[in-house]
Amino acid sequence: MYRFILRRILWSIPVLFILSLITFFLMHSIPGGPFDTEKQVPKEIKANLERKYRLDQPLWRQYMEYSWGIVRHLDFGPSYASRSRTVNDIIKDHLPVSAQLGALALAIAIGTGVPLGIIAALKQNTYIDYASTFLAILGRSIPSLALGPFLIWIFALKLHLLPVATWETPQHMILPAITLGAAESALLARLTRASMLQVLREDYIRTAWAKGLPRPSIMLRHALKNALIPVITVMGPLFAVIITGTFIVEYIFAIPGLGRYFITSIGNRDYPVIMGTSLLFGFFIIAANLLVDISYAFIDPRIRYQ
Amino acid sequence: MLPLRRQTAEAPTVPRAGGHRGIWADAALRLAKNKLAVAGGIILLLLVIAAIFAPFIAPKGYAEGSLEQNYATPGKRYLLGADFMGRDLLSRIIYGTRVSLTVGVVGATLATIIGVIYGSISGFYGGRIDNWMMRFVDLMYGLPTLLLIILIMVYFRSSSLVGVESNPVIKALSVIDDAIGGMFFIFIGIATTSWLTMSRLVRGMILSLKEQQFVEAALVAGASDFRIMSRHLLPNFLGPVIVAETLNIPNYIIIEAFLSFIGLGVNPPMPSWGGMISEGFRGMRSYPHLVLFPAMALSITLLAFNFLGDGLRDALDPRMR
Repeated sequence: MYRFILRRILWSIPVLFILSLITFFLMHSIPGGPFDTEKQVPKEIKANLERKYRLDQPLWRQYMEYSWGIVRHLDFGPSYASRSRTVNDIIKDHLPVSAQLGALALAIAIGTGVPLGIIAALKQNTYIDYASTFLAILGRSIPSLALGPFLIWIFALKLHLLPVATWETPQHMILPAITLGAAESALLARLTRASMLQVLREDYIRTAWAKGLPRPSIMLRHALKNALIPVITVMGPLFAVIITGTFIVEYIFAIPGLGRYFITSIGNRDYPVIMGTSLLFGFFIIAANLLVDISYAFIDPRIRYQ
Repeated sequence: MLPLRRQTAEAPTVPRAGGHRGIWADAALRLAKNKLAVAGGIILLLLVIAAIFAPFIAPKGYAEGSLEQNYATPGKRYLLGADFMGRDLLSRIIYGTRVSLTVGVVGATLATIIGVIYGSISGFYGGRIDNWMMRFVDLMYGLPTLLLIILIMVYFRSSSLVGVESNPVIKALSVIDDAIGGMFFIFIGIATTSWLTMSRLVRGMILSLKEQQFVEAALVAGASDFRIMSRHLLPNFLGPVIVAETLNIPNYIIIEAFLSFIGLGVNPPMPSWGGMISEGFRGMRSYPHLVLFPAMALSITLLAFNFLGDGLRDALDPRMR
């Protein structure tokens, strides 16, 4: 098993390397430097600025220095749009808010999705099953950039129940977290249902019935435990969707998180910030996939010997 | 001997039972019984009609507006109101169908084409080629998809800005991109990652198919590799592969809406539902209809695709029902 884990950890290194290469070279091959604004800057000043930000050096060297800075000091470099703050300051200010939002959304997705899927599978082909399946399709079909406005309209503008914008009290967090978690909850519900139905047809479940075990024991200990294994595999991709989902949700609800800052920096073409935040998000997503794979090896003995 | 002969003699008169229709006809029958799937199909048909005949259905052009009429409320003159530039919202939503459906269908087509070619070559030649090609897929799989698409779109959108000197290839591509309202770069962005799952699927199918005797027969008859892949292997897996890919269309529609929402999608004034939500968003407190109607159009379209897609999957794999 340790060989599997080691191999999996080593494998994520080239992935991170490729991500950093793509990010760096895409952002640096955009024609026109950050100081080519509409306002003409004197040549000497531009040259000085470029020297200060080391833009006058060859590209491979810039890449080496940049990635070395990240690996060595976790230094993501300066921001071009806001001269007073570095990319590190920006990450430090905005990441905690995004992390809170993501954790809340993940809790909502797992807390509602998995039970919904279990109930649907246990009550297969009843109205409860149909209702939960319908709900799951609904959740999957309304993307956050539609669900967000719907929720704002109903709960903030019509009913005046909840506030929107900013990130202060728990009331502020309800609508964004639901918007971000709804689609994932629907996905989990569908997956749990399908996986549960498949497990319920297995021979060992029939054996358990034949042994005369009580129903709750069969459902919980024999069926659910095995049914959740495939559900765990999607946690990695799910995490990725939640991270990229924060871009939209934070933008819609005017939450001062890193996702919103990322979208703003795309609008400003602030390449160092785009680069730094992309790398950070990419690192989180790759790390989440790694953790899920490793935990999978612990949970499912069959995977260890592959 | 005698009973056996009687049985064979009687066989043709036995009425054909349900199992004899073949899997596709069976699936079609099951699909027709699924009310939600049929409803989804009908809505999709209407959307396709709306997209094709948009100039005849829409009351006005998508770019035509008068500033005196901006933020007009829904009423007789503007059925769903007018946006911040006084453009008819209904017309823009109808034209927006074009962008969403085109991106969805082209995205799925590109994923299928690239995935089938890549997966076929990898599975057919096997050995070291297969190993390297699949390691590359694994590598790409590890990358965060949407983030990659965003970076690619930032690159294209920034490089093709007017007045920016970039290499001639990008310039040529951006001419094509402009001609179709900015959708071309979206196609490229989606195509860079969308083919990965398909290539794995196709490779798996090829691996099992190429051991079959008809491939051996074709080899003995002197058929070229290309002929074996295109004439003997492809028809054996293309059907299910296309069905599998249609289930991904909603994803591509969401990606387009997402990109247009953050300003990397289609070029204005080309209407995209994601872009319209973004445009209307600032005035949402006073004019919520400008956001809600495009959001509804997007949701209904995705709902229709998912109803039909789920029905299709259940019809082809009835055990899961």
